[in-house]
Amino acid sequence: MKASVGGYARATDLRHALDLLAAGDGSARILAGGQSLIAALNMRLSTGDLLIDINRIDALKGITCDGSRLRIGALTRHAEIAVDPLVARHAPLLRKATDVIAHAAIRNRGTIGGAVAHADPAAEFPACVLALDGIIHVEGPDGARDIPAADFFVDVFETTIAPDEILTAISLPVAEPDERQVIHEFGRRSGDYALAGVCLVRRAAGHRIVCISVATRPELATAAMARLDAGDPDGAVAALEEALDPPSDTQATAAYRRHLAGVMLRRAVADITGETA
Amino acid sequence: MTATFNDRIDIALTVNGEAVTARVPAGQHLTDFLRLELGLTGAHASCEHGVCGACTVQVDGQAVRGCLMLAAQAEGSTVWTIEGLTDTGVVADLQAEFVARNALQCGFCTPGMLVAAQDLLCTAMAQGGEVPDRAAIREHLSGNYCRCTGYEAIVDAISAVAEARHAGTAA
Repeated sequence: MKASVGGYARATDLRHALDLLAAGDGSARILAGGQSLIAALNMRLSTGDLLIDINRIDALKGITCDGSRLRIGALTRHAEIAVDPLVARHAPLLRKATDVIAHAAIRNRGTIGGAVAHADPAAEFPACVLALDGIIHVEGPDGARDIPAADFFVDVFETTIAPDEILTAISLPVAEPDERQVIHEFGRRSGDYALAGVCLVRRAAGHRIVCISVATRPELATAAMARLDAGDPDGAVAALEEALDPPSDTQATAAYRRHLAGVMLRRAVADITGETA
Repeated sequence: MTATFNDRIDIALTVNGEAVTARVPAGQHLTDFLRLELGLTGAHASCEHGVCGACTVQVDGQAVRGCLMLAAQAEGSTVWTIEGLTDTGVVADLQAEFVARNALQCGFCTPGMLVAAQDLLCTAMAQGGEVPDRAAIREHLSGNYCRCTGYEAIVDAISAVAEARHAGTAA
């Protein structure tokens, strides 16, 4: 099928993009990497959209670190995150995630800001950003807002970004010296959306677990985290499976997804402790 | 209200080494532009949601999904399709090896396969000259469907070219 869009505009800077967003009066959509949006348009899941292409806005690009926080511009491509030395050092979870996000040609275009704003519960970066306790930076006509990841994801494809705001960057606390960050997921084909996945972070304050593809949004698995903090991996797996109520679809039943999430948690724990799952 | 948005966009880009200017519909993806406006039918429009890889082309030196990029976004870009890559001979070794090893039957996936393979080999050479092993080749081609060959011959062909190019640069 072919897309049916209402119009296209190439934003020259952030102010221009915000003005276009206001002019779009609810029909405007931000076009970043386009690897989800253009697919949706081609399938006519949405029609009549006014596309605001933000790919030429240099202020939304680049990765910086001020010593305590790593800041990643919204337009940073997955392929850039995969090879960036600051990311590898301060947020290795994101680098590892790029190994399992889609395929090389898609990683060349897809952006972290787009992935987080799209809030697909099957996507890796939203789960990673919550697992790392990140902050989502947005800008609107009234100025900038910083939204903790814990307050950002609402439902499938739904976030607390206001309709007149644009996601400008993600920031993350830099990894502690002994911190461990891993991602494990299971899919039917390399690069496909995972049937289930787990992000696991171990830092001084305790463990953080966020699952992929098993809920309507990324959420902290607090019961399982408490069991891991208590040194009880079996209890953590049981607590995770108990807490999950995943969807059934043509790819996997709820019971299978729940089981897989437990298996992925076991593998993640084994990964950070150096034992065999 | 929509005066700031256009339903037709003027673009200027380079395709297979030639300067091209065009006025494109806002929602037209790059593959349709290449096929319908320029007659470059090597890149195929198939699934149109990024799963099959048959539309893979090179934009500014990188492999991308032609169906997941709007023609309007290609303003100022340098695009290479299988036609241009064939004419310049940069994938001639891959093409010869695909033929020699029966790495294609119907040929529908082949242009995308060749662009993806070229992308892998160029990236591998750029990152220290390491020859990609079969697992790395399979991983890189995970986004390109072939419904004829069962992939084994494709991996064979790319592996052989990787070795040959490595030997060539080392010699």
